[in-house]
Amino acid sequence: MADGNGKPKAQMLDELEKGPWPSFVKEIKKAAETSPVCHDLMGQLEVSYEEKRSHWKHGGIVGVLGYGGGVIGRYSDLPDQFPNVAHFHTLRVNHPSGWFYTSDALRTLCDIWERHGSGLTNMHGSTGDIVFLGTKTDELEPTFKELTEAGFDLGGSGSVMRTPSCCVGQARCEWACYDTMAACDDITRTYQDELHRPAFPYKFKFKFSGCPNDCVAAIARADLSIIGTWRDDIQQDDAAVAEYAASGLNIQKDVCNRCPTHCMEWDGKKLTIENKECVRCMHCINVMPKALRPGKEKGAAILIGAKAPILQGALLSSVLIPFVPAEELLDTLKELVSRIWDFWGEYGKNRERIGELIQRVGMANFLDGIGLDPVPEMVGSPRDNPYIYFQGKDGDQGT
Amino acid sequence: MAVAIEALADEMYKMVAETQGKKNLKALDLTKAMIAKYGEAECSKDDCKHAIRQLIDSGRCVYSYFGGSFITLPHKEGAAPE
Repeated sequence: MADGNGKPKAQMLDELEKGPWPSFVKEIKKAAETSPVCHDLMGQLEVSYEEKRSHWKHGGIVGVLGYGGGVIGRYSDLPDQFPNVAHFHTLRVNHPSGWFYTSDALRTLCDIWERHGSGLTNMHGSTGDIVFLGTKTDELEPTFKELTEAGFDLGGSGSVMRTPSCCVGQARCEWACYDTMAACDDITRTYQDELHRPAFPYKFKFKFSGCPNDCVAAIARADLSIIGTWRDDIQQDDAAVAEYAASGLNIQKDVCNRCPTHCMEWDGKKLTIENKECVRCMHCINVMPKALRPGKEKGAAILIGAKAPILQGALLSSVLIPFVPAEELLDTLKELVSRIWDFWGEYGKNRERIGELIQRVGMANFLDGIGLDPVPEMVGSPRDNPYIYFQGKDGDQGT
Repeated sequence: MAVAIEALADEMYKMVAETQGKKNLKALDLTKAMIAKYGEAECSKDDCKHAIRQLIDSGRCVYSYFGGSFITLPHKEGAAPE
């Protein structure tokens, strides 16, 4: 489907080029000047917009030998009309921890993809992978071969441990309470089988954030969120606090009043923090980065059960281990993960995320199942029902 | 004596072949079935993992995705154009 000058007919898609923001249509059009795949992609998209329905079909078995994930099969249901997108598979490529690339690495990736696919990429998918959009089944193995020769691997898809991701951590951020990039890399390498060979009831995501600012939104998206925190007091530089005040910062209004637990007091000269009441929200540190810093005793909190809404609604993570010192983090994490995966494998239903399983069986049963004692930090919010019945040890009901 | 990996792979293959087109089996289903049959002392989760690896790497079975990930016999992709 083309107009008189050979360009794809795209009146409806043209609308998406208007406005000051970047446009995927503009980019596909540029690529279509040299790529017949992109030309047909434009054509099929235009038809979809006209008919208000997708013309993609989901594949089920395409992949590379030995891997059960990393390739998402797509086929056109208009192959006669758009033969160049009859196959249009997506590859997920495991991104480097923290998304650090050299220019050479990016050129290598793009060159591989221009040789074997449409040349269109998505940097990055919502889990973090490099996404290669659009290739034929015959090109999957050659693409994979070139990727592995260049030091890259496929990411996860299906019922596997999905490609772990992390914030830039100590590479660029002074708030990082542990080495997120090392942890992410270690978990990726340790669980290669779990990443490539589907053996779970459903997907399982790890995300590593270096501090409670949680730049990778682990608390909202990861089945297991590892979020940096500290155990001792916030480090405070009183002279720097005074400088902030002198430069016009309203410490009472913009810092103390916005503290969620109101654990700080400002008398006009001195900032006093009741550290026992601090919930590590990072607000004060973000506002006065030169005066306040995370404490010296650093580590991470491990939380479980977040997910975005797919089958059921969204869930936020719940605290599982309130604090693990940074140097013990990986050992603790691996021990914990093996118990969680055992429990999930035993009791999880098909397509049930770990957070949904915990909701179904109850946190108390889950903790019992993985052999973890409950601690007060696991409580999300205080009970609002004042009528509590305790069960006696002998089974009698007390009050 | 522990069950040989090859024997486990053959048993699993038989299960996949018998249920093909009727029920999709996950790696966990195969593992649980083998442990139920031989007992954990004779057949560990790790043995089952190796047996599944052998099935897949030899090409006798493939991973498929239909809402979740399953293990099936190789077959022509239904959605693929002729």
